[in-house]
Amino acid sequence: MDAITALIVDDSSVMRKIVERSLRQAGIELEKVMEASNGAEALAALQSNKVDLILCDINMPVMDGLEFVRQAATVDKAKGIPIVMITTEGSESHVVQALTAGARGYIRKPFTPDQVKEHVLPVLGKKQ
Amino acid sequence: MSTDTSLVTRSHEENWLPIIELAVEEVFEMMVGCRVKAAAQSEHRTNEEFTAMVGLAGALCGLLAVCCDTKTAGEIAQRMLGGTVDSQEQVADALGEICNMIAGNFKNKLAGTDDRCMLSVPTVISGGEYSFHSLADGTCLETVLLFEGAPIAVRLQLES
Repeated sequence: MDAITALIVDDSSVMRKIVERSLRQAGIELEKVMEASNGAEALAALQSNKVDLILCDINMPVMDGLEFVRQAATVDKAKGIPIVMITTEGSESHVVQALTAGARGYIRKPFTPDQVKEHVLPVLGKKQ
Repeated sequence: MSTDTSLVTRSHEENWLPIIELAVEEVFEMMVGCRVKAAAQSEHRTNEEFTAMVGLAGALCGLLAVCCDTKTAGEIAQRMLGGTVDSQEQVADALGEICNMIAGNFKNKLAGTDDRCMLSVPTVISGGEYSFHSLADGTCLETVLLFEGAPIAVRLQLES
């Protein structure tokens, strides 16, 4: 598998580190890891960087994850980049909203590295 | 047709303590990498030097708080990060996320509530020289769990 650039969007820096570690534990080689603490920062990061995978929280200040997914769908540079939500919001309506807006995967916090692997590898087109 | 299940869920508040404890145990096992066990409150007094809080609004209104001493908060952060902790902000961030995940995991376990209950962004207070006054006038459920022998108090305060 080629090394990828991942954008991790979460208002908690500790959670961003945990997500990064989980990706590495899933066997995903990371060439570069970018971080954003809300949806607005993530949209700005996409304007000037090539990103292969986005992992995004929902409950964040400034711009939440669902709004980010909706807006990312209208940004040329973000089109085709798989987005996987990682969030404490576990309801079916949140899952449906996220997937309808364009997210390709949904992981509920708390999570294990195996769950990250299970949801992320398929969206990268990799077998588990 | 929508069905309001709030009365159903609220009438079982007295049974929620094991659900809170299960939510805490799962969060610690998955995100901190260790097991916590419920303990008798009377035998373990929590030194509340760190208090993380998440507000609940909607089908449930109130507050979920996680309280522990400074050393315990630091150890939780260290385990979550898998190494050293650089700052007090990281400790607060880690405890806030623990509280957030416990609140989310708890509400997701209550049938009919997860969809209609919103969580606030976590707030963390460090330092024990304060008094907590909740305006929520309903049930207060509290449990103490042991993390490496140190007590962690988890409190759910609800409006009636």
